[in-house]
Amino acid sequence: MEYEIKPQEKISLGLKELWQYRELFFFFTWRDIKVKYKQTVFGFAWAVFQPLLMMAIFTVFFGGSSQEGLPYEVFSLSGLILWNVFSTGLSNAGNSMVTNANIIKKIYFPRLIIPISAVLVSLFDFVMAFIIFIPFLIYYHIHVSLLFPVMLIVGLLITAVSTFGVGSLLAALNIKYRDFRYVIPFMVQAMLFLTPVIKTPPDRWKYILAVNPMYSAIELFRSGFNDKPLEYNLLAISITSAILFFVIGLYYFRRTESYFADLA
Amino acid sequence: MGYIILEELKAILPIWHNMKPILEIKNIRKKFDIVHNRQPYLSLRDSMAALFKQSGSTAEEFYALDDISFNVNEGESIGIIGKNGAGKSTLLKILSKITPPTSGSIISRGRVASLLEVGTGFHPELTGRENIFLNGSILGMKQKEVKSKFDEIVDFSGTEKFLDTPLKHFSSGMQLRLAFSVAAFLEPEILVIDEVLAVGDAEFQKKCLGKMEEVGKSGKTVLFVSHNMGAVLRLCSRAVLINEGKIVADSDVQNVISQYYTLNESVMDQVLLSERKDRKGNGKCKFQKVWFTNKEGKVVNGFQSGDYVEINALVKAEDPNFERDLYVSVSFCNALNERMFSLGSGLLNKKVHINGLTEVKWIIDKLQLAPGEYMGDLFLFETIGGYDMYDMMEQVFRFVVDEGDFHHSGQLQSKGRDMFFVEFDVTSRQIPLNK
Repeated sequence: MEYEIKPQEKISLGLKELWQYRELFFFFTWRDIKVKYKQTVFGFAWAVFQPLLMMAIFTVFFGGSSQEGLPYEVFSLSGLILWNVFSTGLSNAGNSMVTNANIIKKIYFPRLIIPISAVLVSLFDFVMAFIIFIPFLIYYHIHVSLLFPVMLIVGLLITAVSTFGVGSLLAALNIKYRDFRYVIPFMVQAMLFLTPVIKTPPDRWKYILAVNPMYSAIELFRSGFNDKPLEYNLLAISITSAILFFVIGLYYFRRTESYFADLA
Repeated sequence: MGYIILEELKAILPIWHNMKPILEIKNIRKKFDIVHNRQPYLSLRDSMAALFKQSGSTAEEFYALDDISFNVNEGESIGIIGKNGAGKSTLLKILSKITPPTSGSIISRGRVASLLEVGTGFHPELTGRENIFLNGSILGMKQKEVKSKFDEIVDFSGTEKFLDTPLKHFSSGMQLRLAFSVAAFLEPEILVIDEVLAVGDAEFQKKCLGKMEEVGKSGKTVLFVSHNMGAVLRLCSRAVLINEGKIVADSDVQNVISQYYTLNESVMDQVLLSERKDRKGNGKCKFQKVWFTNKEGKVVNGFQSGDYVEINALVKAEDPNFERDLYVSVSFCNALNERMFSLGSGLLNKKVHINGLTEVKWIIDKLQLAPGEYMGDLFLFETIGGYDMYDMMEQVFRFVVDEGDFHHSGQLQSKGRDMFFVEFDVTSRQIPLNK
């Protein structure tokens, strides 16, 4: 095994190295999940309570009418559980380099593992919340299409890819410019209103709003159990934008990661 | 016959053993921009402002490492020594890929594991058991490896009772022991260690040192950074001395350590004794400075137990016509300011002749002090016609004593509970039993 340490010249994905360190993905994810619910009485149930409580609040203030052919409870909960993957994944990934600074400064491992693990943690929460979502579908007699599993997986994929893309971009920026510590929560909050979680945004803005990958991710997810036809051109915009964020985030992260230890 | 010569050659030339060194460090430089008068991290505003400004007004370039080159052969244990801020830790960080060099390259032919700090990645909320797995994984061990060594790790750390308790309830000593234990069972080809021994109680430190010695003897390559010269001497055969980012010396460990002592500025450079106000005496004569020299006459600031030591002091009479014989004494105190011994000229029925500028020299053939940090006081006085203090100052110097081979027995004498070492011999004889 021979290798050379020298100033960074070209950027590679470093997939081989990521594979060598594959166990660390598990450990970082496991650590974050474990720590998140340690010393809590309800444990993992918190992953479920949060979207349920939000749904209850939204229903009180915005509920009453059905949205996109769904009872408001189902509409908002379905939006929330997927949105939470993005919002918690994004804030955790975005802050991950700063919160793990002590490790970054002392040990080498592919830095990408940290933001990826942050996204994996939020996917775990989704699984927990999704288990609670199923009884809602049954209770409200929602007709679920056969394509639902496909819609779910593709929707999650768009979510994960864009969360990771934006998250790793923010992580790399955050370690250099701590301004992003304040940008992230604001950004997440603002985006909630631009995504069809609480309400479907007005139709005339949809082509711009679809640039937000979560727009179509949620619409796609819902199309598995509502009768609103899926707009493929919007989906195309969202997927393109998700991939673009992914590439930009990954590129910027890889380009700057060697100096993280000096900046952290 | 020819075979024996070949074997000898092999021993002399490490290259013979292994054609390629396990580490080739070539012209490594690391530059940092020191930013004056600003937050330690950048803010976006600063960056944007810099776009419109001519840059370089507040930044200063600083080379933490400046053209460092050396090779490490397989199985060698190398100590890296130098003063604080010499660049040692930066070098280790580059070696362990944490930060890249600004220029130069390192060719490595083995897996490097670095221990820049014990317990990196430990999480207070997780239990001891969970932390062993997490930490092992962060340090690059496979889960299988950790599992197979789990019992040994726990055993070495002595924390088996608390394995399922969250780490935050561990005492800091226990956390440390657990952390070192995980790291001790790493099995890389090259082990990079930074100052991990600076922590823990004396007993555990000893255990750690023993473990590291074992690692070094098992044929692994070890790079060891420390300020503890005794530990370096014990663990390493070769040492590299770095000062201000450059290699000053690279040879056998004993040689490099004596150079390290000459590198340290002695107290005389920092405090001008003549300027000190906290002195007693009639002021007719004053100590100007004090310094230590070794066997070669070089100025040093540290010794090993058993070393030859010279203490030098410069005395200046205020009145150029002053001429008199006076008693002179130097006293040594330990770090707690407890008097160890005094070298009073009166003990030898001697006085020194003071006139104008006089250099006084005390000679200690064999330093008997155990390793530690010591301070000293200086006295200049007369007893004829009543006790008359000319000049007296406390804590005029500070120096370190490191572990040395006091008894020439081939082993270093560590501190233990002893304050001094004394030359002695042991004999025995058989006594016939009465029938």
